[in-house]
Amino acid sequence: MNRLVIKGGRLVDPASGVDGIYNIYIMGGRIASIKKADTDTSEIIPGSPGLDIIDAENLLVIPGLIDLHTHLREPGYEYKETIQSGTRAAAAGGFTTILCMANTRPVNDSESVTSYIKKKAAEEGSGVNVLPIGALSPGQKGERLTEIGELKAAGCAAISDDGVPVEDPGLMRRALEYSKAFKMPVISHAEDAHLAGSGVMNEGVVATRLGLKGIPNAAEDMIVARDISLAELTGGRLHIAHVSTKGAVELIRAAKKRGVNVTAEATPHHLTLTDEAVIGYDTNTKMNPPLRSMEDVEALRAGLKDGTIDCVATDHAPHSTIEKDVEFDKASNGIIGLETAFSLIYGLVEEGVLTLSEAVKAMSTNPAKAIGIDKGSLRVGFPADITIIDLNRSWTVEASRLKSKSKNSPWLGKTLKGVVVNTIVGGNVIYKA
Amino acid sequence: MRLKRKDILGIEDLTPDELERILATAESFKEVSAREIKKVPTLRGKTVINLFYEPSTRTRTSFEIAAKRMSADAVNISVSTSSVVKGETLKDTAKNLEAMRPDCIVVRHSSSGTPHMLAKYVGCSVINAGDGAHEHPSQALLDMLTVKEKKGRIEGLKVAIIGDITHSRVARSNIYGFTKLGAEVTVAGPPTMLPPGIENLGCKATSDVEAALKGADVIMMLRIQLERQKESLFPTLREYSRFYGLNESKLKGAKDDVIILHPGPINRGVEISSEVADGPYSLILDQVTNGVAVRMALFYLLLGAAREDAVV
Ligand SMILES: [Zn+2]
Repeated sequence: MNRLVIKGGRLVDPASGVDGIYNIYIMGGRIASIKKADTDTSEIIPGSPGLDIIDAENLLVIPGLIDLHTHLREPGYEYKETIQSGTRAAAAGGFTTILCMANTRPVNDSESVTSYIKKKAAEEGSGVNVLPIGALSPGQKGERLTEIGELKAAGCAAISDDGVPVEDPGLMRRALEYSKAFKMPVISHAEDAHLAGSGVMNEGVVATRLGLKGIPNAAEDMIVARDISLAELTGGRLHIAHVSTKGAVELIRAAKKRGVNVTAEATPHHLTLTDEAVIGYDTNTKMNPPLRSMEDVEALRAGLKDGTIDCVATDHAPHSTIEKDVEFDKASNGIIGLETAFSLIYGLVEEGVLTLSEAVKAMSTNPAKAIGIDKGSLRVGFPADITIIDLNRSWTVEASRLKSKSKNSPWLGKTLKGVVVNTIVGGNVIYKA
Repeated sequence: MRLKRKDILGIEDLTPDELERILATAESFKEVSAREIKKVPTLRGKTVINLFYEPSTRTRTSFEIAAKRMSADAVNISVSTSSVVKGETLKDTAKNLEAMRPDCIVVRHSSSGTPHMLAKYVGCSVINAGDGAHEHPSQALLDMLTVKEKKGRIEGLKVAIIGDITHSRVARSNIYGFTKLGAEVTVAGPPTMLPPGIENLGCKATSDVEAALKGADVIMMLRIQLERQKESLFPTLREYSRFYGLNESKLKGAKDDVIILHPGPINRGVEISSEVADGPYSLILDQVTNGVAVRMALFYLLLGAAREDAVV
């Protein structure tokens, strides 16, 4: 049986409260033992048959990152991203598990599409665990429920019509209610499409200056309030995707206090950029929900700090130049995020917004908890999904080095701190810098 | 001397000095338009492309005449946005245009920011001839020139801009232009047509038209787009006209020598009553003449000779 030893790295595992220099022993794809490096007397003999050693001295070793929100685009939009390119990007970004949204073509609203994605991921993927998210309604049409039980059986980890807000509160209610039987979280893209109208950026001073149509915070707040009420009514399991407003943070904080079964995520871009980034009309600053004001960014950061926002999720949304090198109001929404996510969140650590442990919690521990999988921690017996990072090194975001097929990132040309050195899934090194 | 910039994308980017220079240059070009032979050889051999994604005979003709009076070759390209080949990006369009080796592209587009994107893609000059609800710099410059001629100054004037501020690029450019040259600008319209934070552009904002008109030296009436009714920005034209339209009685609060500007075309009886539009305060036709002079000045200052003494 193959063995792997990760020697002398700084292990940070918020789930078990560990932060120190450890040796990690992996056998059969799982964590076999963890020993304090300075007192570890085990004999590690380099060159032993079947033994691999990773010297992690001066490196950070954390449970593999988990992204609850990616768009892999396959099937249907392979010119933007494929399961192969998307999972390679994920591995390069330090992710060991990703959930992919259902807005493909055809929509992932059935066992057959889910199986196709899983098969493709197994055959052509980088080795990252791919957990599909099933659509909430057939074709994401918002008319009736998908076969949630069948989707779960096929391997879906949650349901969501992300990309298309669920307009009918009656349908949302039934989704939250029915999915309880299968322990499937319902992920809400909280947006009132009527109020958002034809808006293309955050409503406010910047939109006024740029002459662009605004989307008010209320378009998000209203639906977050609605879905929290429905979760309260049904006892359903609600997860709010890409929270972007101060109002939504406050609503979620109050709901958690009342004991509502709600979790939430925020994206690295909503945590680090404001609508001022749109000045200059770079279409890589156009996404939905839009980049908001400084006040909103501060509320999101406070929410992430105090646990109101449980997770960081990328909303990795690849688009080709055909969708992005066009007029601002005609450009598609979304940016890629898998490869920049860790560095951006580590930037918050450097800024003193988060501790390193809080950052790991938001990117691994909590996402695992939110969907109820046995990952997100490096304890004996857990799958050896591990990310190793060099916090002392920086890298420059260049289109040519990005693994994603699309290059729609607002950070092109920027230098970020924190380089993913190794990504390990089930004890196998699937990415090496 | 040329301006130290490649493009004219908006009044927001221009300094008061640059604005003064453009206006002074335009004044000198007005004389050319009054000549029997209305042409100077200054821009001979230069090529200007008028790229209009939005139909506007008035603005396009004005740019075209301005280019021809400077002896530049003007090529008009009208694109209906619906006919743009699917799959062709703005970048592709820009590269195709650049292959024609123009010296300047004048662009009008219904999407805000398009001239800015184009300017990044091409090496030649770009003049914004109106982008979405963002800016319309040449219109503001001609308004400023008209006011300067009639009032002898801009500094210290009270300017009221009335109408749909949210959707108006003319309003934005004029707010920047007039305030940069020392005028006091108040915008007024129904609250649904005053965008959030408009005061940050340097003006005052109110929904009380009479308050905005009080003591005004200059009134600018914006054209009301009839389709905004469907968006519930105002209930009916009748109500709009009653509370936000300009008529003789509302005019009473303004200065006696008030002048009225309108970027045209007018909806008579809606934003402006016929008697006011045709009255003595109205400068709507002067605006057309000044439009050509201002656009000649822009071409000259972007493409013209490098030396001051080479003027006309
Ligand atoms: Zn979404």
